[in-house]
Amino acid sequence: MDELIGEFITETNESLEELDVDLVNLEKDPNDRDLLSKIFRLMHTIKGTCGFLGLPRLEKLAHHAENVLGRFRDGDLEVTPPAVTLIFESIDGVRFILEGIEQNGEEPAGDDSDIIARLDAVYEGRALDEAAASDAKSDSIKLVGDKIPHEHDTDDSEVSIDDIMASNDLGVDDEDEDLDDSAEEAAALAKKNQPQAAGEESAAAKKTSIAAQSLRVNVDVLENLMTMVSELVLTRNQLMQIMRQQNDSEFTAPLQRLNHVVSDLQDGVMKTRMQPIGNAWAKLPRIIRDISVELDKKIELHMHGQDTELDRQVLDMIKDPLTHMVRNSADHGIEKPADREAVGKSPTGHVTLDAYHEGGHIIIEISDDGKGLSTQKIIEKAIANGLATADEIAEMSTQQIQQFIFHAGFSTAEKVTAVSGRGVGMDVVRTNIEKIGGSIELTSIEGKGSTFLIKIPLTLAIVSALVVEASGERFAVPQLTVRELVMVSEKSEVKIEMIKGSPVYRLRDQLLPLVYLNDVLKLKGYNAEPEVKASEEGASAEADGGSNVVDLKTHSEAQNQYIIVTQIGAYMLGIIVDRVFDTEEIVVKPVARILREIEVFSGNTILGDGSVIMILDPAGIARATGKEEGTDVGAGVEHVEESVQHDTAEKTTLLLFRAGDKAPKAVPLALVSRLENVNIDSVEHANNQMLVQYRGQLMPLLPFSASQEIPQEGNMPVLVFAEGKKSMGIIVDEIVDIIEEHVDVQMSGRDGVMGSAIIAGKATDVCDVTYYMSSVSNGWFDIQTSVGYDSDDVENTSEHARRKILLVDDSPFFRNMLTPLLSVAGYRVTSVEGAAQALELCEKGETFDLIVSDIEMPDMSGFEFAKKVKSEDSIWHDIPLVALTSHGAPSDLDKGHEVGFNKYILKFDRETLLDTLEETLASAARG
Amino acid sequence: MCPGDVQSIESKGSEGVNPIAGRANDFLTIYIAGQLFGIPVLQLQDVLGDLNVSKIPLAPPEVDGSLNLRGRIVTSINVRRCLGLSERAEGKSVMSVVVEHEGELYSLTIDEVGDVLALKEDSYEKNPVTLDPKWRGVSLGIYRLDEELLIVLDVPKLINDLRI
Repeated sequence: MDELIGEFITETNESLEELDVDLVNLEKDPNDRDLLSKIFRLMHTIKGTCGFLGLPRLEKLAHHAENVLGRFRDGDLEVTPPAVTLIFESIDGVRFILEGIEQNGEEPAGDDSDIIARLDAVYEGRALDEAAASDAKSDSIKLVGDKIPHEHDTDDSEVSIDDIMASNDLGVDDEDEDLDDSAEEAAALAKKNQPQAAGEESAAAKKTSIAAQSLRVNVDVLENLMTMVSELVLTRNQLMQIMRQQNDSEFTAPLQRLNHVVSDLQDGVMKTRMQPIGNAWAKLPRIIRDISVELDKKIELHMHGQDTELDRQVLDMIKDPLTHMVRNSADHGIEKPADREAVGKSPTGHVTLDAYHEGGHIIIEISDDGKGLSTQKIIEKAIANGLATADEIAEMSTQQIQQFIFHAGFSTAEKVTAVSGRGVGMDVVRTNIEKIGGSIELTSIEGKGSTFLIKIPLTLAIVSALVVEASGERFAVPQLTVRELVMVSEKSEVKIEMIKGSPVYRLRDQLLPLVYLNDVLKLKGYNAEPEVKASEEGASAEADGGSNVVDLKTHSEAQNQYIIVTQIGAYMLGIIVDRVFDTEEIVVKPVARILREIEVFSGNTILGDGSVIMILDPAGIARATGKEEGTDVGAGVEHVEESVQHDTAEKTTLLLFRAGDKAPKAVPLALVSRLENVNIDSVEHANNQMLVQYRGQLMPLLPFSASQEIPQEGNMPVLVFAEGKKSMGIIVDEIVDIIEEHVDVQMSGRDGVMGSAIIAGKATDVCDVTYYMSSVSNGWFDIQTSVGYDSDDVENTSEHARRKILLVDDSPFFRNMLTPLLSVAGYRVTSVEGAAQALELCEKGETFDLIVSDIEMPDMSGFEFAKKVKSEDSIWHDIPLVALTSHGAPSDLDKGHEVGFNKYILKFDRETLLDTLEETLASAARG
Repeated sequence: MCPGDVQSIESKGSEGVNPIAGRANDFLTIYIAGQLFGIPVLQLQDVLGDLNVSKIPLAPPEVDGSLNLRGRIVTSINVRRCLGLSERAEGKSVMSVVVEHEGELYSLTIDEVGDVLALKEDSYEKNPVTLDPKWRGVSLGIYRLDEELLIVLDVPKLINDLRI
């Protein structure tokens, strides 16, 4: 007998058995809606499945019964005792036919017209006894036909626009949308197997009842079994490890057997969770067909490797992303026939789905021969959305630019069609796939088509992981996220370098941002003593299971560090660990609920030696360090620094120096262009001013304080400040350090000093750069006046002078730092300490050319402020708004754009700040 | 324990005078820093001796780590820290009681395990208003035993309070 029919019978019999219990209750309460719905659904399922299986008699009966039940369920008809009997009879009828099929492999001969006539009579609302007199049977069928679309609208909670549109022309076929899962599977298989279905029944198979051959098992039971088997595997591993140390033992042979049995058992249990990927594809032909009809395209869908099996859990999670991507390919990818012919392609477009195994993973390829991704459109959109600047894009490869389609809110479709282009797309796809430890790659050639390559783990339950150690604690890193391992020792040519306290590594031709795992996890002492290392080396050799040993420590003498290069989307991050052990197959278990919020872990597991370790989530680590969406490695580096900065309060990087007296002085590093050592011999004097020739220009030098002694010979450190082409130097005695500190200027200043603050535990003078800039003779820098040296400058500066900028920032330090900065650049700056004061100015009717606002402010955040400013009735409605923030989390960025910020700038990035203000003002003037 | 305190399970109905649901007021008594606590037996899974606990970085200080109990991962909670008590003296043996909470296992590290007692309804009292707020949060009330007072530990609350 056909395997499918067998499955159908098993399922239906089970449902009927369940119903038997409930049916008794129907007698007592004939209008029990829940029960009626249940019977209705059963009939519906039977009807739908019979359509596929070619069981016309059963289908017909079920169809008529379903109609009646539908009306009962909707409350259109009252369920009278004769009606209950009729329902019973229909169910018995179904059961009778089923038994017939089970015994003979085909529907028993016979006619159900009597019961069908009575069902129709009830459906039409006639009393049962009138049924015999019914002569308008054809009418009733017509009525039934009319009824179907209506039922569809109201009954199916999953109904989508597509379904409704399709239901007009698809008759019975559309009913499969609301079949339950199993019926759907059966249907999919039915399509596939139909050619072989006929005439394969053997007489022997018919004898045993189909129902006895398969049974449904609750997933929990399987889950439990899985856990037990995992535990058994672990115990086996332990035993095997002990065995390896004792050569001759009477246990050797039995243990070998146990080993094999356990392996088979593990495979067997795993198999219970596996399903062919074809199940997730079942709906795709329909979708493609709908799209081709709606958009008037010719599309052929090719599917290969439907039999590739993967874990049910994984299957469920990729179903939607896959559907979405196929839709995308058909909608955006494939051109209209005419367009295709115009570029010399065949009018029919092809979308190909391919699934296959590759080293513990399933690879799914979705390719189309459509128009490919338009790099130009992506660039425009990326710039418009503020995802990158034109300069950044100029340095990107086509591949990198294409990655933008994975950003939130990114759709290059010109029109939002019913099919796709709603802008919630590829980012969700990527997130979903990454959630299950998968990755997605995209290659697209404009004009030729696009290919998406999805790599997903076979199962979520068991993954291969790298066991690493940091500060004496072990952790697992899923292999899937690991690109490569790098060992750095004393002797290595390339070492870990530091940029402002953030480690980076030159990995071939790229700069790889690094994080110390101990830092991320706040573990103590990552500079473990080399001696300790050496002694542990021996221990690790023992712990190594023997297979897959990652042998990285062959020539290690001194302290080695290992960099695990992980790939998070398009972005790479190196995680520095103390040691790398081994790869191990681990059973992933979710972390306890109270620990879910710790984002750096994706789960925990029990190792072969029985100890519990945490599984690291590189994406979480990247998030924890403040960046995830870096599109290129260079950008990532900056973000790493960022993360350190916004650990606690807003911190500023300061250059500490001494000049004149012993008290330390500080200047924000962002204001300093360069540090130079100037030889005293090269200093010239002109116009009562110290000058030095610097990069082909004259640079005035000023001592930081008048009391300062200028050395008679040798070099002196000079802080160089630059504005445009002009620069000046401040002579100091000694450059002490560069530190990050939250600056709170507490004491008011004097000439050249903005005030004093506690920095590195000491009272420190914060240098007022503007003072020095303005005290250079000859109006070297134009702060108040607009006299410049060359005509370009004059024009720029005078133009600026008319520009009024409102600066909103709660931190006095930033106001003090930015006000001179902006004044120097030629703007007229009004600064206020909060959104409330800014809004007061608004009420007073003051106007500005541009508003720069901090995001994190007490009382009213920058976001709320922006909303107020951009609200319809605000007189500042049209003033461009620039957000100033100390961290550029992608979520903030999105939110910023949402509430009306035109641009987003990092606080410490002076160049960008000025450029952006310039740009924003220019574009506002144009617009 | 005082035999007078013990009452057969059959003699008690399920008259819900106190907030502890369940058919019997059977408690496992435990000691933490000399104070007697009770955990409803129905919530109990296991009592463990000293076990190998792996630390969990970034976890709240009240979480000692995790351990392997027959293939299931158990999160170990330091009850002393939850109650704001000083750390256990070095070298002293540790006991853990394992409880199931929302489908997950948690082990509560304590000093000593006592007995299983069935307690009389009439010796139950609500928390005294003067009780330390931290304790009041995780106490379901007090039973007056002849020689000492038993605090009923609200295990679900104790665990839920740890959510980050």
